[in-house]
Amino acid sequence: MISKHSDNHRRQFLKVSAAAGGGLLFGFNFMACESKPAIAEFLPPEIQMPEVWNEMNGFLKIGENGIVTIKSPNPEIGQNVKTAMPMIIAEELDVDWANVVVEQAPLDTEKYQRQIAGGSQSIRFGWKGLRQTGAKIRHILLAAAAKKLDVPVDELSTDNGIITHAASGQSLGYGEVAADAVTIEIPEEVPVKDPKDFKIIGQSKKNVDGFDLVQGKPLFGLDIKKEGMLIAMITHPPAFGMKIKSLDDSKAKGMPGIKDVVRINVEPAGWNPQWSDVNAYPELVAVVGNTTWEVMQAKKELNIEWEAESPAENTADHFTTLSELIKSGKGEVARHDGDVDKAFADAETIIEKTYTAPFLAHNTMEPMNFFANVTADKAELEGPIQTPMFLEGTLEGVLGIPKENISIMMTRMGGGFGRRLYGHFGTEAALISQKMKAPIKLVYTREDDMTQGTYRPAYMVTYKAGLDADGKLTAFEIKGAGIPGSPVFANRYPAGAVDNYRVENFELTTNISTGAWRAPRSNFIATAEQSFLDEIAEAAGKDPIDFRLELFEKAKTNPVGEENDYDAARYAGVLELVKEKSGWSPSGKGSGRGVSAYYCHNSYVAQVLDVEMDGDTPKVKKVHCAVDCGIVINPDSAKNQIEGGIVDGIGHALYSAITFKNGVPQQSNFDTYKLIRHSEAPVAIETHFVNNSIDPTGLGEPSLPPIGAALANAMYDANGKRYYHQPFTEGRELLG
Amino acid sequence: MANLTLSVNGNSVNVDVDPNTPILWVLRDHINLVGTKFGCGIGQCGACTIHLNGTAIRSCSVPVSSADGKKITTIEGLSDDASHPVQQAWIAHDVPQCGYCQAGQIMTAAAFLSDNPSPSDSDISEAMNGNICRCGTYTRIHAAVKTAAKNS
Repeated sequence: MISKHSDNHRRQFLKVSAAAGGGLLFGFNFMACESKPAIAEFLPPEIQMPEVWNEMNGFLKIGENGIVTIKSPNPEIGQNVKTAMPMIIAEELDVDWANVVVEQAPLDTEKYQRQIAGGSQSIRFGWKGLRQTGAKIRHILLAAAAKKLDVPVDELSTDNGIITHAASGQSLGYGEVAADAVTIEIPEEVPVKDPKDFKIIGQSKKNVDGFDLVQGKPLFGLDIKKEGMLIAMITHPPAFGMKIKSLDDSKAKGMPGIKDVVRINVEPAGWNPQWSDVNAYPELVAVVGNTTWEVMQAKKELNIEWEAESPAENTADHFTTLSELIKSGKGEVARHDGDVDKAFADAETIIEKTYTAPFLAHNTMEPMNFFANVTADKAELEGPIQTPMFLEGTLEGVLGIPKENISIMMTRMGGGFGRRLYGHFGTEAALISQKMKAPIKLVYTREDDMTQGTYRPAYMVTYKAGLDADGKLTAFEIKGAGIPGSPVFANRYPAGAVDNYRVENFELTTNISTGAWRAPRSNFIATAEQSFLDEIAEAAGKDPIDFRLELFEKAKTNPVGEENDYDAARYAGVLELVKEKSGWSPSGKGSGRGVSAYYCHNSYVAQVLDVEMDGDTPKVKKVHCAVDCGIVINPDSAKNQIEGGIVDGIGHALYSAITFKNGVPQQSNFDTYKLIRHSEAPVAIETHFVNNSIDPTGLGEPSLPPIGAALANAMYDANGKRYYHQPFTEGRELLG
Repeated sequence: MANLTLSVNGNSVNVDVDPNTPILWVLRDHINLVGTKFGCGIGQCGACTIHLNGTAIRSCSVPVSSADGKKITTIEGLSDDASHPVQQAWIAHDVPQCGYCQAGQIMTAAAFLSDNPSPSDSDISEAMNGNICRCGTYTRIHAAVKTAAKNS
């Protein structure tokens, strides 16, 4: 789908332009609207499409009239790389952003690297390559212009898509030399701009899909409509540890609009799953029919008998077992500096606290879905996927069709959060299509989706700290356990800042499927760690920010051990910035204010949260957030990401949980699984970026992990209650 | 199955559907208007919000038979060029992240503002509470509704 970026266009004279060759018709239809629109300040830009495109490389083409199409390589989950990645290319290409049209690139492992939405790495990994892409094309355009004007290339300069020869006053638009440039060899590497010369990077640009989104254009996988397409829906077992015993589809098959009921197995014998093939339910029943509603009705009439494959699990047992594990002392010691046991023996004060959090569902707003058209020797897929190259690999193995004959188009995703890293739904759609010999759009209901698994693991961590007679932190121990996998990062702060430090990891295996959920492990451990640091600070009689800064000072000047996975100066930097911007003062104690800081996915974040308690109900008034992510590509969009992570973190810490009885998830829709709502979100969020020229790092995840502790610490400051177990308010009773 | 004539965005449309089919699925599968989204199917998330005679409803939970003789307005019918004040405010504040919930948010806001043109902050929060945004753009949505109120 071609998106036209929306720049800050004032009202323009609109004209209907005839399509010619590659042109697009942009019409103004005077159909009746319900309300008479006011004079519109922002209008979708009228871009006169060129008659001829010159394909410069896999990323960009330049029309003879200077319009540039840039392909955004990475999948878009709402993190807005679809705007930021083209901005980087456009900057080094040196074109006017108003003349840029952005398209989503398909999967192409030869043309593009790392087409993944995950780990907050798109900009970090793409930075150098995207700059080179733009700069190299600028280089050959200049070479072509030099030839055309018969002047030395170093007498030419560019500005916003125009090449000028100052000495003679001649100028050429990129469009005029693009065709000639295509024949010039692209060099291995070229110089790039000095960041102080950036014209596009560092400026806020509107979301390239903004106009389409507010008009409800068909951008999402669920919106796909193709010739001859049938709708399919799956049914999976109701409980983890179960599989199909028998199926009676006679009633379902006879329902209106139904074509067939088929059984699929996405893990055929002899095939090796990849990391992305997490799936508790490889064997599924699929109902296929003409329309979604008809298929939904028929699904209800399936008569399936299930049988147990492994023991059913219960939430109550989960936390009891985690507690026993941690107390067993039989964990894997991941790090030990100094002598923790001696330090505790000598300590004046010991503080020990345990924190927990439940399984969480991802609950992307757009449920799982995928389109597939599989014929004898070809597979054409389109839909929402964070890891298209891994889906391609799985399809090759499962369908027996070579990669060259598999195509995957990425639609804009209605949320990812890590859920769509695991592309089983793509494989399912492909297998159904293969069986039905028809194009298929597979659609999950919210219930299918929320109970399917791939959850954020449940966690428990016990922190223990020892203070000497002077209130100095001398011993620090972390015992972390998860279902599955410990949440602890052994080399993260405060490792390096405490002489005696130990990490012990425990894990409990499960038949419940789990996967990466926005800021894996960090999304729990940061809340626990930063809440615990607050308790230590209080016991030591210190201001919580000063207490943290003292530890950073030690990590900077006299670190313990060598593998400390953070830059203490940058970490202290965001704390100092948020202290300044929030007007933090020790005399503000008791006003409902809490602080937290965390480093993950290469970016540093510190937050101060202001809360008012209405009985037991928190009302978050304001969040101040300081971020060090190096160079910020698109400031307003970057703020949107930070705000989103904050709201996401607050909501899940307060309200959300998946619990189990006999392996059955007890929550299957938003009436039982609570997500944060408009009235519960912070009234205001203020974000400040540290100004530096460090290469950019990611923003999709970093603002989420620390906010749970900023909230917990603020609530303690307001009402004297500590919060150890998530969800902090509603739903606590679910966990027993 | 029944043959129904519906009024959708000012146009007369004929569909052949089971009258119990929710309006959401008639729009998406039969009339090919996919701006109205499916998020939960039980009226809890608001992604399916449309106007029925100007009132915001959750189309996943209202059968198409109820639309008989009424005017349906979907996101596609709000304007032809994003010129509706609510859409303009959404662009001004660059609200969307993934964007999936936003058509529903806009439809709820548009109906609300036509009933309550000078809302307080708590009026806005209460009116918008039925629309979930999983990406957490609530502070921007709030600001955009206020902007739209000023410009309506």
